[in-house]
Parts: sequence; C-alpha cells; structure tokens
Amino acid sequence: MSKSSLKQTLKDLDTKKISIRELNQDYLKRIKENENLNVFIYFSEENVLKQIDNLENDNSAKKLKGIPIAIKDLFCTKSMPTTAASKILENFHPTYESFITQKLLDEGSIFVGKTNLDEFAMGSATNTSFFGNTINPLSKENEPLAPGGSSGGSAAAVAADLCLGATGTDTGGSIRQPASFCGVVGIKPTYGLCSRWGIAAFASSLDQAGIFSHNVEDASILLQSIAGFDQRDSTSAKVDIPNYFENLDDDLNGKTVGIPKEYSIDGTPMEISQIWEDAIKVLEKKGVKIKNISLPHTKYALPTYYIIAPAEASSNLARYDGVKYGFRSDEIDSLDEMYENTRAQGFGREVKRRILIGTYVLSAGYYDAYYLKAQKVRKLIANDFNNAFKECDFIVTPTAPSAAFPLNEKQNDPIKMYLNDVFTVPASLAGLPGISIPFGKDKNNLPLGIQILGKHFDEQQVFNAAVSLERSYE
Amino acid sequence: MKIDKNTINKIARLSRIKLDDKESEDYIKDLNSILDWVEQLNEVNTENVEPLSNISSSILPKREDVSNDTNSSEEILENAPDNLEGFFAVPKVVE
Repeated sequence: MSKSSLKQTLKDLDTKKISIRELNQDYLKRIKENENLNVFIYFSEENVLKQIDNLENDNSAKKLKGIPIAIKDLFCTKSMPTTAASKILENFHPTYESFITQKLLDEGSIFVGKTNLDEFAMGSATNTSFFGNTINPLSKENEPLAPGGSSGGSAAAVAADLCLGATGTDTGGSIRQPASFCGVVGIKPTYGLCSRWGIAAFASSLDQAGIFSHNVEDASILLQSIAGFDQRDSTSAKVDIPNYFENLDDDLNGKTVGIPKEYSIDGTPMEISQIWEDAIKVLEKKGVKIKNISLPHTKYALPTYYIIAPAEASSNLARYDGVKYGFRSDEIDSLDEMYENTRAQGFGREVKRRILIGTYVLSAGYYDAYYLKAQKVRKLIANDFNNAFKECDFIVTPTAPSAAFPLNEKQNDPIKMYLNDVFTVPASLAGLPGISIPFGKDKNNLPLGIQILGKHFDEQQVFNAAVSLERSYE
Repeated sequence: MKIDKNTINKIARLSRIKLDDKESEDYIKDLNSILDWVEQLNEVNTENVEPLSNISSSILPKREDVSNDTNSSEEILENAPDNLEGFFAVPKVVE
C-alpha cells in the first residue's frame, strides 16, 4: 500500500524538501509506467509540464500549490477534453471550467489527467467506458480485476499512486464502491454540499461530487477545497464549510453508532460480515455506544433507485442530439434520422438501456405507477434515516457486498450488476454523506471497505469516525 | 410481459434511438426483467406519502438579475458538428 500523503507532501513542499517540479516528475514517471492500467482517458505530459511552468512563475501562496490531482472525465475542464467516457462526447472541448475544477485550480493544484469511468457514470466496474476497461492496480498479473465504478479510473489513480487525490462523482455508490475495491478512501458528501455546475448530469436529484485520497486526513483537506455554495447550481446549499482537517477529532467517547440490521444480507461473504463486526468492536473499545437500529425500507432502495436514476438520465441525456456538440452520425437523410442514428451509434449498451427504461417509466400512463411510486418510497427511505439519526450520531455498514471481482466476469444480468450498490444506494436516495475506508482484507488479500454514514451536512462526524477507525487499523 | 415489440419500438422512437432487430430483442428481455424486479415496490404502502423529488430542503435561492458573458457564440459553435453563419446547422427540414 502506498505511503503517499497529501498532508506530508504539503509540508515537504513548504520546507523546500522537494520542489513542485520534482514532485510532479515523480508522478509523471509513475503514470507512464502504469499506462497498461488504462486509468486515464486524457493524459498529456506536455500539458502537465506547462502547468508546472506556470506555477513556478506564480509567487502567491496557495493551499494546494503543486499538488497532482486526477479529475474524473465527467467534469468539464477548459484545458483538457471532456468525454464522459462516451463516443457521443468524443472530441468535446468545454468552453468553461466546472465549479469544482476551478476551485482546485484556484488553489494551485496540477491536473495530471482525466480519469476513466463508466459511460456517463452508469456502471459499477468501469467496463461500460467507450475507452476500454480500467484495471484495478491491485490485480495479480494473470487475473485482472475490476476497479469498481463508475469512478474506477479515479480510485485506481489514487491506489496506483498516480496522484495525491482525485475527484469523483457518486449517484448510487460511484465513489464509495470503487474506493472499497481499490483500497483507498472515498467520500461522497451531502447532496448539495458541492456544486454540480460543469459536471455532465446523470441523475440530478442524486448526483454529488466527492473525493478519493490515500487517507482520511487528505480527504478532509480536499473536501474543504471543493465544497461551497454556487449560485449556478440551484441545489447547491448555503452552508458554512468547516475546516474539516483542523477539526478532526478521533475521540469518539460517548458517541452512539447505529448498526442497521437490514444490512445483514443473505449471501454476504463471511469476511465482509467479519470486518463489520471488527469495526463495531473497535468502536466499542473507544467508548462508543452500540445501538441496533432498523431501516425498514432498505430492501426497496435498489428498485427505487433503478426507476428514479434512469428516469432522470433519460431526460438529462436528451441534450446529446448531434447538433450542439460531440458526435454526429454520417447517416443523416433527415433531421429525425440524424437524431436516431447519432444516439444509436453514440451511446453504449448500458446507457441506451437506461434511457429506454427511463423513457418507459416516464411515459404517459406509467408515470404514476413507476416514477411517482418510486418517489414516495424514496420518502419512506429518507424517513427511515431521519428516525434512525434520532438515536445515533453515525451509522456503520460494509461498503460493498464483495471485494473487487475479475474484470472478465460475465455481467450479462443487469440486476446482478445493480446489486453491487446494495449498501450505498439507500444513503444516496436520502442525500446523506458517506465515506468508505479500507478496513481489512479478504482471503485473497484484497481490500474490503467499511462505510460510515452521517446526518445531512455532518461531514465532520463522518470524518471523525473514519479517522478514528483508520488510526486503530493502521 | 410488459414490454413487447410494439412497446420497445415506441420507447425507442420517443428516445430518438434507432434499434436493430437484435437489439430490440435484447432490450425487450432486459427491460422486462428489470420491470418485474421493480414490481416489488407495490408491496409498500405509500398512501398519504408525499413524493420526494428533491432532497435539498433549501428554498431555491434567488440571485440578482444581472447579465454576464461567460461564453461567446464563436466558442460554443467550435464544438458543433456543423455550423453556418453563426448558427448550428442540421439537415434540411423543409422540402
């Protein structure tokens, strides 16, 4: 496991132990050595060197000055193309910078490249990308493993130490599940904490940006940098952003952790139940009160999600029509032909599947039976959490129902694939913050993740519990 | 079976996605199995439950009505597959 840390690197840069150029050349070298992992959709050494030149001529103090960061290729960046891992956005050059990448640039970070993902963030293995699979850096030579998804490229970039942090987005688990598969830290903050301006939209009532990092401290530093109100995103929240890092406190004495009984699911591997128990024991030793809680509608979260997310996706992806940007088919005898062929050839199989199902559940005569019904169940799921948080300060569960699975594992059954998100989707529907931290290994020495969920905008409690568990594990 | 050949054609048409016969068959199978699976939501009593459409409880904020230039039409058109005299260009619509 990598020993890199953003916190330490910032110190080393500050004391001139290492220069920005030396630091980034080290990362460039590793990126080039690891090209076989297919972590990046866009990488240009020249582009990185230019950023280094610019920073060397910049004398102002900046919080993340010179820090190499990888950006999920769902964030619009002016200096690099943005594809959403889709053929339909091949060669798209945004004319503006996303809110989050602008904040990272303002703080002086260096973008090492744009990372691979499932097409439009739809998937759990980074295997629906138009640009090919990303390989989990923890794979053994003869058996490539999936990095999880959709933010698999960003998780792999951190795991292979190709950057000191990476951005991701999480709609139903797309940060937490790949973090678990790659053995890194991944946080999805509260819905509304980070602006979605300039992020290609998938399911707008669920999409939220977040961070991958080598450890919890680094995540707390980076999240503070990307959070904040933005008037261009009407769901962006006007809340004060605390200094998560300064406020980190691993003393959990007197706190109460909720353990939801519905997360004990038949068929969960023994090792995952075991690390969950281990985490609970560690917390108990730290003086945390263990409270068994019930989230009765948990089993309905996945079907609810797979109505709401495709419905919103079908609407959001209507903009890709071959007129304004991106790919246009050559077969364009009429306007309708142009739309239909462009979208048929420009979208991959999973994206089309979700657009079709979303169109169906929103179509006349079916809206109430599917979409409205799902929104009502979503309310009950959110209520479950509200009730649970009356009795506890945070909730601890496993992150994913398995360790990283083989890349070549047949995923013909969409529902089986969707089950990857069984532990992450409920909190997404409720808009709650959640973090995944590495906590133990399975029998093949692959990392397993523990998920910590908190109350709305209580990222501090999530970080505190995470850092406490992390320090006890190291 | 909820989705048959006619339904899939109708949805594909609404979605502006051309499907060949093989794809249609695959999607009929996929969509039916997904719709059967989500059917379990009917077990849940949702009488008098308000639908949750947006999790952010904040009231939509208002902003000052001031104009700003963030993009130029030239820049925007650079991404267009086809453009003509400052406009997006598409195949002829009127004969």
